[in-house]
Amino acid sequence: MLESGYVACRGLCDTPVMDVRPVIMARSLVKRFGDFTAVNGIDVEIVPGEAFGFLGPNGAGKTSTMRMIGCVSPVTDGDLRIFDLDPSTDGREIRGRMGVVPQLDQLDTELTVAENLLIYGRYFDISRRDCRAKADELIEFVQLAEKRDSKVDSLSGGQKRRVSIARSLINDPELLLLDEPTTGLDPQARHVLWDRLYQLKERGATQVITTHFMDEAEQLCDRLVVMDGGEIVAEGSPQGLITEHIRREVLEVRFGYGRNEQQLPALDGVGSRIEVLPDRLLIYDDDGDAALSELHRREIVPESALVRRSSLEDVFLKLTGRTLIE
Amino acid sequence: MNTHAVSLPLRIVPTAMLSIRRPQRMIERSAYVYRRGWLILLSGFFEPLLYLLSIRVGLSALVGDIEMGGRTFSYDEFVAPGLMAAAAMNGAVFECTANVFYKIKHSKLYEAVLATPMSAGDVALGEIGGAVVRSGLYAIAFAITMWALGLVASPWMVLAIPAAMLIGFTFASLGMALTTFMRSWEDFEYVPAITLPLFLFSTTFYPLSQYGEWAWMVGLSPLYHGVELVRAADLGVWDGSIIGHIAVLVGLSVVGLAVASRRIERLLLT
Ligand SMILES: Nc1ncnc2c1ncn2[C@@H]1O[C@H](COP(=O)(O)OP(=O)(O)O)[C@@H](O)[C@H]1O
Ligand SMILES: [Mg+2]
Repeated sequence: MLESGYVACRGLCDTPVMDVRPVIMARSLVKRFGDFTAVNGIDVEIVPGEAFGFLGPNGAGKTSTMRMIGCVSPVTDGDLRIFDLDPSTDGREIRGRMGVVPQLDQLDTELTVAENLLIYGRYFDISRRDCRAKADELIEFVQLAEKRDSKVDSLSGGQKRRVSIARSLINDPELLLLDEPTTGLDPQARHVLWDRLYQLKERGATQVITTHFMDEAEQLCDRLVVMDGGEIVAEGSPQGLITEHIRREVLEVRFGYGRNEQQLPALDGVGSRIEVLPDRLLIYDDDGDAALSELHRREIVPESALVRRSSLEDVFLKLTGRTLIE
Repeated sequence: MNTHAVSLPLRIVPTAMLSIRRPQRMIERSAYVYRRGWLILLSGFFEPLLYLLSIRVGLSALVGDIEMGGRTFSYDEFVAPGLMAAAAMNGAVFECTANVFYKIKHSKLYEAVLATPMSAGDVALGEIGGAVVRSGLYAIAFAITMWALGLVASPWMVLAIPAAMLIGFTFASLGMALTTFMRSWEDFEYVPAITLPLFLFSTTFYPLSQYGEWAWMVGLSPLYHGVELVRAADLGVWDGSIIGHIAVLVGLSVVGLAVASRRIERLLLT
């Protein structure tokens, strides 16, 4: 389905292959709005077939980065090349070869689902006939056949999101930019979307995804960068980041709101690191159950205790001292 | 004269023109939209028609005949082309002010389009082109009505249709350029404050000779140049001055288009 002048990596490689030309290459990329620096000198290289994530809280600079890559926002400073082309001079060609799902749906509210796809294909200069065939195929792909002739206004949030994804695929893009594809969706709608994105990845499309959901990044991304305050604070595969920065498991204990910090002296030596949140303590250890046994041995009785696997959320907490959401 | 005011169009006109590839896609989109809302299209036609009928019924007999280029015409023959030109202006202004503002500020349509290979120049020219097509349709309907009422004085009348489309082009461009500077819906209250005086004082209702020492000011109205063109075609009376009128309208169209595309780029590609 997706043809490209690049060797498609087809998701087999977890690390960039050096002899493949990157689809996206950013060096010291900067975006400023007046005096405010939204993206502060990031370096990124994304290879064909890869699913690459930008993970970070609101205001980290993810959308600003995506808009520069999408050639709808001029680069303030640094180098950016996409398909080995320059966005400032070859924006039209670059945009023609990629699909974009913006953070907020930009569907044509005056048109139906099918018309949205049709006219969007026409903007790419695809013949009317090919647009029609492709639109039907994509509407099927996102499971909206029964909504084909409904105005997009009447759709639910999840359905609109699926139309956005279908529309972004009308030109068989080599590169797909997805800005928070599942924010605001209920769990079921998220899983449908994840499944579609996974299928697209199987077909070889390069994907760039921003998210502030850890589970989403872990599900969808081969490799990701953690962004905070316009800068990249960590880079790696989801599992690699976890093993590099924190322990495999977390013991979450609660002693009641505001009373967690007082317990620290008593917990000295338990786990490899302890993170204090207002409502709970996070004790990182390769064996969470062992840490819990140690608590019992010391006769420390929390209101609740829970052992779980560490996630990217924990990595983010360690790197920035803050939680991702809120 | 301020050199900046001159050099700015010189700088932005070529860039805007060079970025244009497929503006017709915007017209295609409008066609999809109007396929369902064709009633809206009709509304723009009735207002000038009512003017025309009211003048035909009452005012004409009161005013008497008017002499132009050595020939005499009834008053309704004189006024009809003026109304046709004004209708072209109003239709274009309507299409390219409030509608465009909604698309820039609220519907995000242009942002979606600019994420594709389309450029700001494509968007601007496409939307203006849509207004021109609409002006053309109104002009044809209006011309047929005039003919049915016996108000067509010359077969050259067919040229009034491209003339009305040129008026549409000019006012759509200027209207769109102006809209890109508007901050809120309140700003649109100024639009009639501009179009109404133009409608009243562009030789629409009486010839230039009646304006006396204010005649030079009439020349500043873009609509005046349009009225002169439509009237020349309708009455079949013209001279070399129509070249000047065409040049003014084309010039304003191009500048309006360039400003509109440049501003859309500024507003949306941040
Ligand atoms: N057009 C703009 N003008 C001024 N500031 C902006 C603009 N767009 C984004 N910002 C600011 O840049 C920062 C990063 O925003 P954004 O890239 O949207 O972050 P994210 O997508 O990670 O939430 C935010 O503080 C935001 O307020
Ligand atoms: Mg964002």
